[in-house]
Amino acid sequence: MNNPIEMIQPDAKTQARFEKIAQGLKKRHAASRRLKTYGIMAIVTAISFLAILLTTIISNGYTAIQQTELQIALTIPAEKLQNDDGTIDPVKARNFNWNGLIKKAFRAEFSDVTAMLDQRALGEILSKNAGYDLRRQIEAKGSIPVGEIKLWIKTSDDVDMLMKGRLDRNLDESQRRLSDQQIGWIDSLVADDRIRLVFNDTFFTAADSREPESAGVLGATVGSAMALFVTVLLALPLAVMTAVYLEYFAPPGRVTDFIEVNINNLAAVPSIVFGLLGLAVFLGFFGMPRSAPLVGGMVLALMTLPTIIIATRASIRAVPTSIRDAALGLGASRMQAAIDHILPLAAPGILTGTIIGIAQALGETAPLIMIGMVAFIVDVPATLTDPATALPVQIYIWSDSAERAFYERSSLAIMVLLTFLITMNISAVLLRRKFEKKW
Amino acid sequence: MDTVVDMAKAIKIQAKDVNVFYGEKQALNNVSIDIEDRSVTAFIGPSGCGKSTFLRCFNRMNDVIPSCRVKGSIMMGDVDVNSPQTDPVLLRARIGMVFQKPNPFPKTIFENVAYGPRIHGLAQSKTELDDMVEDSLKKAGLWGEVADRLADQATGLSGGQQQRLCIARAIAVGPDVLLMDEPCSALDPIATSVIEELISELQQRFTILIVTHSMQQAARVSQKTAYFHLGTLVEYGDTKDVFTLPKNEQTEAYISGKIG
Ligand SMILES: Nc1ncnc2c1ncn2[C@@H]1O[C@H](COP(=O)(O)OP(=O)(O)O)[C@@H](O)[C@H]1O
Ligand SMILES: [Mg+2]
Repeated sequence: MNNPIEMIQPDAKTQARFEKIAQGLKKRHAASRRLKTYGIMAIVTAISFLAILLTTIISNGYTAIQQTELQIALTIPAEKLQNDDGTIDPVKARNFNWNGLIKKAFRAEFSDVTAMLDQRALGEILSKNAGYDLRRQIEAKGSIPVGEIKLWIKTSDDVDMLMKGRLDRNLDESQRRLSDQQIGWIDSLVADDRIRLVFNDTFFTAADSREPESAGVLGATVGSAMALFVTVLLALPLAVMTAVYLEYFAPPGRVTDFIEVNINNLAAVPSIVFGLLGLAVFLGFFGMPRSAPLVGGMVLALMTLPTIIIATRASIRAVPTSIRDAALGLGASRMQAAIDHILPLAAPGILTGTIIGIAQALGETAPLIMIGMVAFIVDVPATLTDPATALPVQIYIWSDSAERAFYERSSLAIMVLLTFLITMNISAVLLRRKFEKKW
Repeated sequence: MDTVVDMAKAIKIQAKDVNVFYGEKQALNNVSIDIEDRSVTAFIGPSGCGKSTFLRCFNRMNDVIPSCRVKGSIMMGDVDVNSPQTDPVLLRARIGMVFQKPNPFPKTIFENVAYGPRIHGLAQSKTELDDMVEDSLKKAGLWGEVADRLADQATGLSGGQQQRLCIARAIAVGPDVLLMDEPCSALDPIATSVIEELISELQQRFTILIVTHSMQQAARVSQKTAYFHLGTLVEYGDTKDVFTLPKNEQTEAYISGKIG
């Protein structure tokens, strides 16, 4: 059955042509293999850079998730703070020297330290805001504990750094921020189990501060959220209306061409220029408040507009014209065709464009600096016109600070920012999926 | 003699000296035609001769194409189609259109048919709208197939069903003229014959203008046939005459398959 069948062989000329193709083939396959390798190399390089970046940020910042505290025993003099009826008098509480109370109690434990300079060095172990924190705690509680109590109080950022191994004890004394004497005290406290590391909730509940141990990212986060809220509110409807007009109503001609070219140019304008514009127009001309998330949001909206317009136009064009024709053929007006059929179909694309624009805006620093959102602000903003800062600006401010403790907080703030970005992107993907299923 | 009088129908639409330009390029050249009421008029001719362009003149769909200019007069009753005073929205409510490729909205079957009555505010209540949808689907011969799945996506229907849905959608607005641009070109032979039967039925109620590249189809469904060549109307007459005794040699060449 397996008899070889006599088959017709191609003639010599054809044979030669095949051979020539076959010879070249090796080279062609090698070329595509090479290209594939380059591609893989490029991806690996990109991913490793990303990995290095993330590792650096995390290794610099993860310690900021904890804060060093010190246990102190003290008695709060109720008679100096209370009214006759036993309630805390707010004026008395404000005027009371809480820091003095804590320092005195702390010094009392080191009775051998008497020299003025040494006593000051001892005080430097405690946070400068320890007194303020304690007052807040007591006020929140509403009553004053009787007798001697044991309290955990934040240490200064230098002690915090030492405990986290970010301050090198082997350095020459003149080179480090804690003296041998101070390190000796701290070691004895550690030996007594009176120093601990706890979760740094302040970081997530406070705004900026001069003291790293009291500084938090909430103020900047709220500032960013408010600004982005304004950005979406302004940019999305404006951009969609512009895109619909340009796609459906604009009469073809020079004016339309001019507008189109300029929208594309606008997308390429450096963001700081928008900041300058905001400074000149919103602050200078309209006299709007400095450092306000409202103005920040308006500037970011200007910056985001072209991105959303371009994305919206692209997704409008991606909707098949047959759908538009169907609607118009039924007697729908252009606006009805756009709103009832085109925009819903274009929505996933518009959404993606918006989120890309907003993500850009979230990471933007320069224009916000121009309109004063770079100020040092210790309160979490409550309204759109309150002075505020934004996450990337906060990162910039902290990374520029001398204190090592601010630097680690800066890295943790970067992680917060990245978390926001990733959350936004994931929700964009989910929303898009949901939309696509519906249609 | 009586029968001849009976057969001559009233004129529904009269087009006179219609010229259409795409930019500098002229696509239609002095086309004049009288369209009979409640009959099927077929436009045939080689590809690119301007059949679709002409069809789109009747409901001003050429307005949508920025480079397109239409000259000449098209009268439908006392409505001057090309007059700037004529609102294309109103016009398109009177003249329905079915496109070459079935183009249902990516919505439910019900929503597709209900859209027209809804935008024109034709139904006062939900039940009235339901009735309109049912009636239109029945007229389009689709009711039996979709009655129990009106809430399904229209895009899930077969090509032929989608095209009949598009016909139902056009009928729902209550037009008296239907424009069909090669409605069967994307369909298989069975779906095609279903639509052809439907066209013959619809002819009782509507004036139908149909573009087709299939001469058999023109012969089967139409009473009048217009043959276009390079933007001019070469021959127009009763379908049986055009197909059996073409007066023009170009028509004859096309019909006998020499040009196509
Ligand atoms: N949107 C358009 N822009 C420019 N030229 C067009 C356009 N649509 C059609 N044409 C031209 O007009 C002529 C007639 O086209 P069309 O009416 O589509 O022909 P048919 O439907 O008979 O095949 C063709 O030469 C075609 O190239
Ligand atoms: Mg055509």
